[in-house]
Amino acid sequence: MDLDARIPEAPIEDMWSTHKDHIRLVGPRTRPNYRVIVVGTGLAGASAAASMAAMGYHVDAFCFQDSPRRAHSIAAQGGINAAKDYRNDGDSVHRLFYDTQKGGDYRSREGNVWRLAELSANIIDQAVAQGVPFAREYGGLLANRSFGGVLVERTFYCRGETGQQLLLGACSALAQQIHDNRVKMHTRSELLDVVIVDGRARGIVVRDLVTGEIRSHAAEAVVLATGGYSNVYYLSTNAKGCNVTATWRAHKRGAGFANPCYNQIHPTCIPVSSEHQAKLTLMSESLRNDGRIWVPKNEGETRSPGEIPEEDRYYYLEERYPRFGNLVPRDVASRNAKNVCDDGLGVGPSRLGVYLDFRDAISDNGHEVIGARYENLFSMYERITGESPWKTPMRIFPAPHYTMGGLWVDYNLMTTLPGLFAVGEANFSDHGANRLGASSMMQCLADGYFIIPITIGDYLSRHPHGDIDTSHAAFTDAEREARERVERLLSINGSTTVESLHRELGRLMWDHCGIARNEDGLREALARIPELRDRFWNDLRIVGSAGEINQSLEHAGRLADFLEFAELMCHDALQRDESCGCHFREEHQTEEGEALRDDVNFSHVSVWEHTGENAQPKMHEEPLSFEALPLAQRNYKT
Amino acid sequence: MKFRLKIWKQASGDAPGAFSDYEVDGISPETSFLEMIDTLNERLTERGEEPVAFESDCREGICGMCSMVINGQPHGPLPGTTTCQLYMRHFDDDQPITIEPWRSGAFPVLRDLMVDRSAFDRILQSGGYVTVHSGPKPEPNANPIDPEVAEEALDAACCIGCGACVAACPNSAAMLFTAAKVSHLGLLPQGQPERWERVQKMVEQMEKEGFGSCRNYAECEAACPKEISIKFIGRLNRDYLRALREPIDRRGPMDSQ
Repeated sequence: MDLDARIPEAPIEDMWSTHKDHIRLVGPRTRPNYRVIVVGTGLAGASAAASMAAMGYHVDAFCFQDSPRRAHSIAAQGGINAAKDYRNDGDSVHRLFYDTQKGGDYRSREGNVWRLAELSANIIDQAVAQGVPFAREYGGLLANRSFGGVLVERTFYCRGETGQQLLLGACSALAQQIHDNRVKMHTRSELLDVVIVDGRARGIVVRDLVTGEIRSHAAEAVVLATGGYSNVYYLSTNAKGCNVTATWRAHKRGAGFANPCYNQIHPTCIPVSSEHQAKLTLMSESLRNDGRIWVPKNEGETRSPGEIPEEDRYYYLEERYPRFGNLVPRDVASRNAKNVCDDGLGVGPSRLGVYLDFRDAISDNGHEVIGARYENLFSMYERITGESPWKTPMRIFPAPHYTMGGLWVDYNLMTTLPGLFAVGEANFSDHGANRLGASSMMQCLADGYFIIPITIGDYLSRHPHGDIDTSHAAFTDAEREARERVERLLSINGSTTVESLHRELGRLMWDHCGIARNEDGLREALARIPELRDRFWNDLRIVGSAGEINQSLEHAGRLADFLEFAELMCHDALQRDESCGCHFREEHQTEEGEALRDDVNFSHVSVWEHTGENAQPKMHEEPLSFEALPLAQRNYKT
Repeated sequence: MKFRLKIWKQASGDAPGAFSDYEVDGISPETSFLEMIDTLNERLTERGEEPVAFESDCREGICGMCSMVINGQPHGPLPGTTTCQLYMRHFDDDQPITIEPWRSGAFPVLRDLMVDRSAFDRILQSGGYVTVHSGPKPEPNANPIDPEVAEEALDAACCIGCGACVAACPNSAAMLFTAAKVSHLGLLPQGQPERWERVQKMVEQMEKEGFGSCRNYAECEAACPKEISIKFIGRLNRDYLRALREPIDRRGPMDSQ
């Protein structure tokens, strides 16, 4: 497996401009001859499709939702970072680079992270030009707030719905290209496979979710913008439809999968309340700007939170991390919440929850100021739980949220499969072992607006166009395999529902490959996943047929891939015998319970190669170097 | 809790539809409305019966996918709430609940509670954007925007495109949806160069899709989960009339070739 990232030879601050200066390009007259497939229309996919189409490429875009605007980027709440230094508080490209590297616990590639920081400011400019209504100060200039893991205010926001506004911006650019026939939009179409011809990605197989028809599409390059795999846990903050199928299918066709064990468990979500719960709801991290997190000091506390006096409250983040307080990074906040609950201090009926209290913020700033910042989040919380954060503290608990792992990509965002690119959360990204708040949208849009439209030319210019169509045997074979798989799913005719098997997989992964992992637990999970997979393929029940809308069939196809992927996740977690960022191996912690890295043995990206059904996957290493920023132990205390 | 459900079932767009009766019990008040239907569907599947097809994705009230008329009200009885944010504690035990899809000629039924809302996308594609390529842009703080204006634009831009406004309107008008997008961009300085052309194109497309006309029933505002005000419809009408008086646009389409 070729893991040369092709990082340009230049000082880190000049890498991207040097690369652009020397990259091969496709000229404007030739671009319309090249067909590019983009799968997924979230922030990364919509921005990539719109940008490439506007340059002249012929783009086919696909999403499984009924409209591109519904991709799950829409649910991002809090904001997007940019090193604008509008607040004059010492921000810079270098500081954003530093924060991201440190936040990711030094497990990302320096060159990519620097480029992300460098492009961050352009994203805000682009979004404002599209008409994204960011929050403004009284004077009409852009407003900022602060997010976890940083000491500056660099986050731009639209109330609690920044994701929706940024996605509507990207989708409006996409809408124009659809209208002008430069993008052919295929909604309600789910990717079932990637087609490889002579070692290059040349197309995809999709199922029309309305008619059930399975067909394929050919192109000169394929871009996957299909998001992350948090739904492997069944309960997560992801939308119900989010799945690993596209990246997993690509992996099985030869693309290396990097760091699958890096999954972020977000600290501020509404706790689970019933066994039939289908999804967890995130409360924006921005709430930690003003909310104070605490638990009762005494185990078995029965008083309501309002009756518990100050001396009986344990503000554990403020006490343990005086410098960052409630704004420590997400992995640290989640782990500490789990620890206090493990110690029996948790609150709520399940005792799996901690308080996020706005009492002091309301009395210090007044109802009006806090309302302007969080009104929609407060009312959302009240609708779901029936309790008002104005009167009683919120109860929160960590939930799976974002996956830093994904398809391995080089500096051009190309996977190990030539012609197959991955952008946004689908790639293994710039966030190392832990992503800081307000940086996922930044990465998606940097990839989609500014990187892939240029770097894809470097690949396309080396290859002819229009030399293949879907009559090629590779396409008909892939279509046939996809049809057989659907038929196989429908012919099982057992007694267990997809939903219940998914729930079981989720619990298994949460228990053994969740906030904290250890060798015994991972080995147990690795023993039990194949059993679950056997039950899936022998006892699944799907009602209905293939030639119609069949939501159970859609879910079953996605779960089949999660059941294979889960095993790779555990292999990766087991192999990475250190703690770093979100990957917390209980065997490796400091005396104070912080993640203890092993830089000698694990300063690398773990890239997995698929070696066949039920075969042990093979691991390759991309060594990481730390030249711009020397390795250091993360410290959010002093 | 126990509920008696009457749900619209329709195998496909061409097939005739009818209500089916279901009973579902053992539901806790903390269960969301969609989880209640998930539970029903699991039980139906176990019995070998067809589950009820319905749409949902984010389940946190922002993707706009869920679309059910519950006891005659789009998104159910709670103001400012999508179906996915309804909880069973908002209903009484043993309450009969009737569930239908959005009903509008412009939103054909695909199956059971699923409808085709692509007409909305075509309205947006006709002009709901600012023409701008990806690449370096001017410094945004060089052009201050009154925060009141930005907030009002956001009041309109928070539309999630669910279609409850159409489902609630006796005329199946899509005026609130179209007005929200027209106003969002029309309020901001970035939307000015294409303002008059945009409103004309979007209104034309809206009429082409077969949506009805607005008669100020204001049912749309009452049903809107984001509580978007009908004042934006007034704004759209003003912009549309003004656009008819504007000189004919002499610009050709932007072409990068």
